[in-house]
Amino acid sequence: MSAVGSAAVAAELAVSARDVRRTFGEREVLRGIDLRFGRGEFVALLGRSGSGKSTFLRALAGLDSGVEGEIRVPKRRSVVFQDARLLPWASVLDNVVLGLSGQGVSGKTAKESGRAMLAEVGLDGHEHDWPKTLSGGEAQRAALARALVRDPQLLLLDEPFGALDALTRVRMHALVQQLHARYRPAVLLVTHDVDEAVLLADRVLVLTEGVISLDITVDVSSPRLRSDPGFIALRAQLLAELGVDESAEGNHPPTTNENTPTTNTGALQ
Amino acid sequence: MTAIQTRAVPGLAPSPVGRAVPVRGTDEGHDAVDLVSLPTGSDRAANRWHVPRSVVRLGGVVALVALWEIASRAGWISKRQLAAPSTVFTAGWDLIRAGTLQTALWASLQRVLWGLAFGVPIGAGLALVAGLSRIGDSLVDANVQMLRFVPIIALQPLLVYWLGIGETVKIVLIVIGVAFPIYVNTSAAIRSVHPGYHELAEVVELGRVQTIRKVVLPGALPGFLVGLRLSLAIAWLLLVFAEQINAKSGLGYMMIRAQTFFQTDILLVGLVVYLVLGLISDFLARSLERGLLRWQAGR
Repeated sequence: MSAVGSAAVAAELAVSARDVRRTFGEREVLRGIDLRFGRGEFVALLGRSGSGKSTFLRALAGLDSGVEGEIRVPKRRSVVFQDARLLPWASVLDNVVLGLSGQGVSGKTAKESGRAMLAEVGLDGHEHDWPKTLSGGEAQRAALARALVRDPQLLLLDEPFGALDALTRVRMHALVQQLHARYRPAVLLVTHDVDEAVLLADRVLVLTEGVISLDITVDVSSPRLRSDPGFIALRAQLLAELGVDESAEGNHPPTTNENTPTTNTGALQ
Repeated sequence: MTAIQTRAVPGLAPSPVGRAVPVRGTDEGHDAVDLVSLPTGSDRAANRWHVPRSVVRLGGVVALVALWEIASRAGWISKRQLAAPSTVFTAGWDLIRAGTLQTALWASLQRVLWGLAFGVPIGAGLALVAGLSRIGDSLVDANVQMLRFVPIIALQPLLVYWLGIGETVKIVLIVIGVAFPIYVNTSAAIRSVHPGYHELAEVVELGRVQTIRKVVLPGALPGFLVGLRLSLAIAWLLLVFAEQINAKSGLGYMMIRAQTFFQTDILLVGLVVYLVLGLISDFLARSLERGLLRWQAGR
């Protein structure tokens, strides 16, 4: 049985998972995952479609009661889903304020925090808009505001940029970097985009057939550029682990232009 | 016409992008590119005879009534079978002046309002019980889903046996008729609230009461309003039925009396009043939807 503990998490740990398993019928999706990471650490979890990476994230979120093993996470945690998942019948501000429920914050204070957070993600002036009037990028920024207004100790990002166009994604990457630097939550980013993982994370994990098959600390000088030799090497290594041989797949070599926006060259789709 | 110039241009050069295509003279005929004008907004703006759709639709109704009047005056329709529109209008005016129509309308309206006042909360309440708890679902839903196949009109004899022939039986009939569509649509809507929203509620620690208030109820509102519109139509239908069986007042009573004295003009006045009442209640339901569902795109 799972034990999503929250009380006695070791002082510097944000996530401690031991032997996490999940089966759906006959299919073993997670086959014993061990993972520990600290406060403020930015971890990216890579994997092919169906590798179980989202299943693991849902387990850490406390959304899966069928998971086995031992999971310890902070009480204050937030999730950003691939779809922004804003309640369409509530204004953008009310959606952000929703993040503060269960924290005993009074209505007025909550609205003020919500407004401030919306301004921080660049959505000031959209407080009273209906979510359906927002673009995909704006909706995802509102979802990010809803997650961060909780001041989470653990932020779980489930392919949050997967549905965005390439240019919007570049802007979202910068925003996430900036917000992470300011609030320092521990982050688990689930993605299939190798570039995104190397660009944002301190540590990149690869999930293969239900186990973590690779665990690398990203050691690329900051600001990270796609032209950096370290970046190129790491990217090649991760792609190989995911079963993609860049030269054999006929991909273009990485461009040396520093300003190249994130493209799908490293994406497995 | 202010149409944009998109006619064939002789010897139009090919786009420089891609491989070069030799330019051929239009005199060669078959290889020339024929450009056609696509209809654009500019065409419509130029058309000064553009009539709004609603006016055209109203014109259709007016034409039908006019045809009826002409047919009646020309003697193509027997006045005993179907009174002319002008006769109906006069009869209606007389009924209003005598106060008969208002009294009948008020009596009928009260029955419908009482029926809605009890039927809507009962339907919605049962839907909440069934939609929000497993026990409620097994106790309520199975029974309601079975009972809704009993034609409500067939309940009349039993209801009369239980409740007599007073006002209560008419109102109870409407209550039952209203509660079913409200129940069916609202409980289906509660169940179809996206599971992702329930996950979200869990992630932000919304709690059960707040989840119902902020997620389930607003999510089920569109379905409830569909049920409300259906139930309004059913309420009028059952009213007519109830009033024509046994009543001392109301529109149905007025019409039954007119039938006894072969007054087709008054019968038609009754039908027109029902029609107007139906239109008004549909309009009110739509306005309510527009007001409450402003968040839906395109409203």
